[in-house]
Amino acid sequence: MQPEWINALIGGAIIGIAVSVMLLFNGRVTGISGIINGALTPQKGDTLWRVLFIAGLVIGGFTLRGLNPSVFETDLPTSEWTTVAAGLLVGFGTIMGSGCTSGHGVCGISRMSIRSIVSTVTFIAAGVAAVALFRQLGIF
Amino acid sequence: MNKQEKSNSHMKTAIAALAVGFIFAIGLGISGMTKPSKVVGFLDLFGKWDPSLMFVMVGAIAVHFVTYKIISKRATPLLVPNWQVPTKTDLTPALVIGALLFGIGWGLGGFCPGPAMTSLASLQSKPVIFVISMLAGMYLFKFVDKKLKLQK
Repeated sequence: MQPEWINALIGGAIIGIAVSVMLLFNGRVTGISGIINGALTPQKGDTLWRVLFIAGLVIGGFTLRGLNPSVFETDLPTSEWTTVAAGLLVGFGTIMGSGCTSGHGVCGISRMSIRSIVSTVTFIAAGVAAVALFRQLGIF
Repeated sequence: MNKQEKSNSHMKTAIAALAVGFIFAIGLGISGMTKPSKVVGFLDLFGKWDPSLMFVMVGAIAVHFVTYKIISKRATPLLVPNWQVPTKTDLTPALVIGALLFGIGWGLGGFCPGPAMTSLASLQSKPVIFVISMLAGMYLFKFVDKKLKLQK
């Protein structure tokens, strides 16, 4: 088996190709939280591409599941309520902060956007602090 | 563009978006981003740190940094008349507070929006619970923002 960091690098490069296709064809950044959020408030002529993008993510998921179901190992020992809290924070935070790992972390940093650099440093630092705290509290 | 051209263009951009979503998901799966325990391991800097997921960003940015420079030289994208790349440069409290909340949720659940959507295909309960809660969080922000104008 290949070292994990090589898989991460290859997977990352594929993600880089995906966002480049979006930019070249549709002239947009691939900000997944924003794409989902836009689909929640449908506007004429601006919804189909969002829904099909999300469908692509899920169809890709089914393809992965067919090839190697272990990519979806969820062995975090946390409760369902923890997952609810996590989802609420991610949904609220990404819309308030205008983006997530894809829009800020990949597309924005590649464009050297100052907002995206600040956002990415902030959400990684917050994630690191949160995991350290949750370990102390015994949540993980 | 007349009505027929407009509808053709909508269909083409939607098919391109479908392909992008599919390729993106495959990248997520190969990289390890669909495993919440790995994501938490990446954020566990002061514990058992697993740095491998750093290379997801390294790979993605290395590719897109180059392709962005090339693509942005074009006058227009291939399927639509205008670029719709964000142009804002102002650093606002909403940007930072939003990122803080997102980061905490990311550490707590090990999911960010893309991998969560892709993981729906695992047919496990956690991604479903996460996505429903995430959509609720998005609605909640919109509701709160209408009252407080946080994004301004």
